[in-house]
Amino acid sequence: MAVAQLTREEVAHVARLARLELSEDELDTFTGQLADVLDHAADVEALEIDDVPPTAHPLPLVNVLREDVVMPSLDRVEVLAAAPHVEDGRFVVPRILGEAP
Amino acid sequence: MSKLDGWELVVGLEVHCELRTATKLFCGCPNMFGDVPNTNVCPVCLGLPGSLPVINRQAVELAMRIGAALNCSIEPSTFHRKNYFYPDMPKDYQVSQYDEPINVGGYLELPDGFRVGIERAHMEEDTGKTVHLGGQGRIHGSSHSLVDYNRSGVPLVEIVSAPDMRTSEQARAYVAELRAILVAIGASDGRMEEGSLRADANVSVRRPGEPLGTRCEIKNVNSLRSLGRAIEYEAARQVDLIDAGEKVQQQTRHWDDANGRTITGRTKEEAEDYRYFLEPDLVPLAPDAGWVERVRSALPALPAARRQRVASAAGAEPASQAVVTVVDLELDDLVCAAVAAGADGRTALARASNEVAANADAGRRLDAGAFADLVKLEAGGALTATQAKTVLGELLEAGGGDPATIAAARGFEAMDVSALDATIDEIIAANSDEWARYCEGDSKMQGFFVGLVMKATQGKADGKAVNAALRERGGR
Amino acid sequence: MSTALEIAAAVRAGTTTARKVVEEHLAVASAREGELHACNLLMTDDALAAADAVDEAVARGDDPGPLAGVPIALKDNMCTRGVPTTCSSKILEGWTPPYNATVVDRLRAAGAIVIAKTNLDEFAMGSSTENSAFGPTRNPHDPSRVPGGSSGGSAAAVAAGYAPLALGSDTGGSIRQPAALCGVVGMKPTYGAVSRYGLIAFASSLDQIGPFATTVADAAALLEVIGGHDPLDTTSIAGPAPAVTAELGRGVEGLRVGVVQELSGEGIDPDVAARVGEASDALTAAGAKVEDASVPACTFGLSAYYLIAPAEASSNLARFDGVRYGLRVDGEDITEMYNRTRTAGFGAEVKRRIMLGTYALSAGYYDAYYGKALKVRTLIARDFAAAYEQFDVLISPTAPTTAFAFGAKTENPLSMYLSDVCTIPSNLAGHPAISGPFGTGDDGLPVGVQVLAPALGEPVMFRVAAAIEAAAPRSAS
Ligand SMILES: [Mg+2]
Ligand SMILES: [Zn+2]
Repeated sequence: MAVAQLTREEVAHVARLARLELSEDELDTFTGQLADVLDHAADVEALEIDDVPPTAHPLPLVNVLREDVVMPSLDRVEVLAAAPHVEDGRFVVPRILGEAP
Repeated sequence: MSKLDGWELVVGLEVHCELRTATKLFCGCPNMFGDVPNTNVCPVCLGLPGSLPVINRQAVELAMRIGAALNCSIEPSTFHRKNYFYPDMPKDYQVSQYDEPINVGGYLELPDGFRVGIERAHMEEDTGKTVHLGGQGRIHGSSHSLVDYNRSGVPLVEIVSAPDMRTSEQARAYVAELRAILVAIGASDGRMEEGSLRADANVSVRRPGEPLGTRCEIKNVNSLRSLGRAIEYEAARQVDLIDAGEKVQQQTRHWDDANGRTITGRTKEEAEDYRYFLEPDLVPLAPDAGWVERVRSALPALPAARRQRVASAAGAEPASQAVVTVVDLELDDLVCAAVAAGADGRTALARASNEVAANADAGRRLDAGAFADLVKLEAGGALTATQAKTVLGELLEAGGGDPATIAAARGFEAMDVSALDATIDEIIAANSDEWARYCEGDSKMQGFFVGLVMKATQGKADGKAVNAALRERGGR
Repeated sequence: MSTALEIAAAVRAGTTTARKVVEEHLAVASAREGELHACNLLMTDDALAAADAVDEAVARGDDPGPLAGVPIALKDNMCTRGVPTTCSSKILEGWTPPYNATVVDRLRAAGAIVIAKTNLDEFAMGSSTENSAFGPTRNPHDPSRVPGGSSGGSAAAVAAGYAPLALGSDTGGSIRQPAALCGVVGMKPTYGAVSRYGLIAFASSLDQIGPFATTVADAAALLEVIGGHDPLDTTSIAGPAPAVTAELGRGVEGLRVGVVQELSGEGIDPDVAARVGEASDALTAAGAKVEDASVPACTFGLSAYYLIAPAEASSNLARFDGVRYGLRVDGEDITEMYNRTRTAGFGAEVKRRIMLGTYALSAGYYDAYYGKALKVRTLIARDFAAAYEQFDVLISPTAPTTAFAFGAKTENPLSMYLSDVCTIPSNLAGHPAISGPFGTGDDGLPVGVQVLAPALGEPVMFRVAAAIEAAAPRSAS
């Protein structure tokens, strides 16, 4: 199952998903560079390994839990001081265009 | 707007329940509603670089309790990241269970016996809270927004029903029952108005027997009343569309309570692509059989079982309003205790679901023995219903006491039986025409005579005894 | 220059003071920093204050800790409370964390003195430290060459004598490759052996913090201080740090050592391959049984890594959005603010990897790319498991070449990625690996030999590393 060559439009779509703006030149450069990496990954993509289970994580741990005990929170002044823009003890963001999904 | 004549409404519900833990899902910050903004935050729930989540054991325990109470299978589970940018989400991904949720495949039984399927009940983290400024508090038209992360990372269980409901009443009954269960098992405080229980409704319409129609998801419903209204509005909107030859678009819509309508969410330029993948900062949950068994066996009696119990004690229907009320208000123990002490069940249920229910906080503190004694006095004819209610009022105020002493102090004495007989005879003699009609079976006359007797005795006569005496004399 | 263990012994014995040690090292750093740019921040005042506290503890007769007075440099992707932590990125410039990484607390408790935050490839993405937003670090052995990366600043700081110890992070070789190129010891622990709490994530399932040192014994001592269970990191292994110091003198008599064929042939410079051959001869001479080994799936490691690591990174780096901390470039609406902030704040390589990872996870491509890569991870683990039935440890070159010139690989990202071909398999498997210097290449620059071991195999791995160190030619520089 070969995946088709990466297109400029796909790179533009991915940049939008990742909240990055690319100039036309950057779009060309990145498309070429990412296509190279994906070409290199064609060896992996071509492997017939349907029966092999995935390994997402190297550790075989389960049920690592903490007790429901309150720990100190951060100092509010320090938290807000790190923020680029604060109003009324909250973080300010520009106009939001849509509801959360 | 159209009526739904000839159309079938199909509703599935997604209910987000904030768990009643002391701390958040992945950090030790307090899980507390209403605190000063951005005080209950730490590197983890603010998504600071380098921070890592650690799962709260009690959140897992409560999630398992929910699964057990909803007759789900409790399974090994994993957490995924759901990636999307939004300012109330400090990591710009939500940690949520995806293809391996902790609870799968259960059901919830409504008071009338109808079963709603539960597809899954999975764990996830809540988002922060956003206030929109300069646009009447709504996103649309606002100039900027302010974010408070106190709620960020609060543990949630999202309970997803099957699309089994066919009326808005069923949907409301489902949420009411679910809420009662969640409160009973200690998983939730049940406060919809504070957002600790939030329902989204998936609504579609179809001709009976046809495949499911295109659904819309209605968000922002924060009371049972709005839920019913929102579903009905949305169903009618969809029928109108179809009648007009248009198609229902699958979309998210928001309930606008002030104007009583659903409004369209943003039409997205690009389909959402959440790029789910296994959260590498967490390891799987795999509760062993012992833990699952401990959770199941420690479940308290659930509302359905409690309705059964109090209904059979009181000789009532489990789905009756009185039964539902006493269980909802946790007054069922009071009724059962009275019955166990030898009091009449029907009377106990009647008093509990009316006078006690009107003052439920006091009712839950009321001494069960005193309540039983009161019910015995009323059912035995020593107190009239009116007198019993007055005595009960005093008991509720004081939290207990001796009903007989209170009755005596108020001068409530049951009428002497011979005095009652004499009064009834006098009244019959003075109203011979009406008495004749009574004897011929005119049902209106029963009330007429009872009223006269009560008036003559200043309400001291026992209603049951009066009715019995009238029937006996009238040969009915 | 003294080793860390020598310094700690002298400070504990009172024959020198921590202040004197720190002043000497800061003097070296000041002298060479203008040329090398190994550091984003020299913590002179903090370091001297911490040194005085150690000296006071010694004077009071308190135990000042096993690394008393030892200067250490921290890669600038580990959170230090009140001290700027940048990941060498404009997007975090000026941010000061309100908390310490677990390793930082452990270092302080052990008496070590943090003297610097070191330069790195932005967000640890790179193999040359050329991707730092604040300018590259130079190789102390030849300032016209890169120090390797991404922990190039830490490697250079140790090689140049700023400090006998440093910490780096290793996601695909980011400790071992710069250690090799700078001629020092660098080690990646078993995944979960060292807490990641406070390490700014690149790829969470691969990242590990580990030591740089001038000697294997110093690296062992540092691992023992930073390792061990941390309740703040769910993926941290239960139990104490691996006990490795006690293993160092045991020799390699009877150990079975495999030379990984898949990491020894094509693409490896002949001079580098020759040093690995000499190191294996030295092990044979010391009594080990050295044979060829095969880990076939290693050949897919690079491809799998460059799908998995960017995928995780694309999600880990989403939080840099201009709302709560760091850089913000305002916009008319929130999407514009996000776009402008991230576009201005991230460098080209970070953008490349974010896009690559976003693509690998996106609808329609997940199965072909990310999903496949996870299966390759299984194959690599299986092949290692089979190899470790026959061998106690494996060896290979650490990097295919010695230090390369600035700009040599920046035009072609893939050629840069190939620098990690020998180190990546250990990250994918979650296994430990260590690089120690062994002679020089034809250009006179250091060559590193890598020793690989199975999960929690640090004790035997350190034995072998110590034997290689004992046999290594004394390097010219
Ligand atoms: Mg959800
Ligand atoms: Zn928190």
